[in-house]
Amino acid sequence: MCTYVTEFATMDGSAKGATGWFPCTRAAVYVDHPFHARHEHTVNIDFTNPELGPSARVAVELTEESALALIEAIRTALAAAPPGLASGGPLS
Amino acid sequence: MVKIESKDAFTAGTVPLAGHGGDEIEAYLARPLAPEPHGSVVVIHHMPGYDDATKEMVRTFAAHGYAAIMPNLHWRDAPGAAPDDAAAASRAAGGVPDARLLGDVAGAAAHLRGLPNSNGRVGSIGHCSGGRQSFLAACSLDLDAAVDCYGAFVVGEPPENFPLAVSSLVHLIPDLRCPVLGLFGAEDKYPSPEEVGELERELERHGKAHEFHIYPEAAHAFFAVDRPSYRPAAAMDGWRRVFAFFDEHLRP
Repeated sequence: MCTYVTEFATMDGSAKGATGWFPCTRAAVYVDHPFHARHEHTVNIDFTNPELGPSARVAVELTEESALALIEAIRTALAAAPPGLASGGPLS
Repeated sequence: MVKIESKDAFTAGTVPLAGHGGDEIEAYLARPLAPEPHGSVVVIHHMPGYDDATKEMVRTFAAHGYAAIMPNLHWRDAPGAAPDDAAAASRAAGGVPDARLLGDVAGAAAHLRGLPNSNGRVGSIGHCSGGRQSFLAACSLDLDAAVDCYGAFVVGEPPENFPLAVSSLVHLIPDLRCPVLGLFGAEDKYPSPEEVGELERELERHGKAHEFHIYPEAAHAFFAVDRPSYRPAAAMDGWRRVFAFFDEHLRP
């Protein structure tokens, strides 16, 4: 199915796309048909900077299990570091 | 000695198209070179965009003697971008509004009717979100035949939190102007076989010409040769039915 539902998160960081590094300001997350992954549906994440145009995008297409494993790995990595070490201050 | 002819020769490539509101957008056109009058088809791409697999469908119509054009529905969101980046930008912007879609399809149909040797008859075809849009176009524009391949939300409302402005088209069925061919998968959930049955009942209730087929062992996107959902048997039979349908309604 085409879910159409998209979740957005504000980002403060950088991503490396087809033309090199760019400041990443937004992530779009949705469950839908992938472009490349060999599954009918995946969790798709677009790390983008809309101000730089549609090509400022790093895309990943993950199975549900992979996406949940990624969330867990991020939580574990953050828990292993001193609180606030990677903080950029509150996101708007 | 049998003479070898080249009646199947065609040309294909990108052209500018006057779309909704007169905006110039990109389109992919394939048209036969033979001088005989020919019917035409507007190909409406799926949500993943103006991609290579759908361009191949456009060429397939030309190889069968139809002029076909696919407007890039994401052009305004991301002019010149790769199809996947453009599709992501379009999704993030809320998707393709119905009014803009209709303007772009109307522009595409006018472009086809203006080609040399057009017989004036134009059909539409779309897959996935394009299936719904093909049905919408058939209710709103001067088309002679329409194919809906597994379009969701022709009947049935999307969940309330959907960020896109898509809604059921049932209220437009009285305005449907041309015969509809519907091709669906029995394993699909959007649209489900129950929704396909509901749509068929509505078309019957309004006396609208239609022909529906539901393929067993096929789910959504069974025509998509570049995806794991591809089901060759259903797709091949589907193509056969598409050409039989267009041959009946778009030939001189």
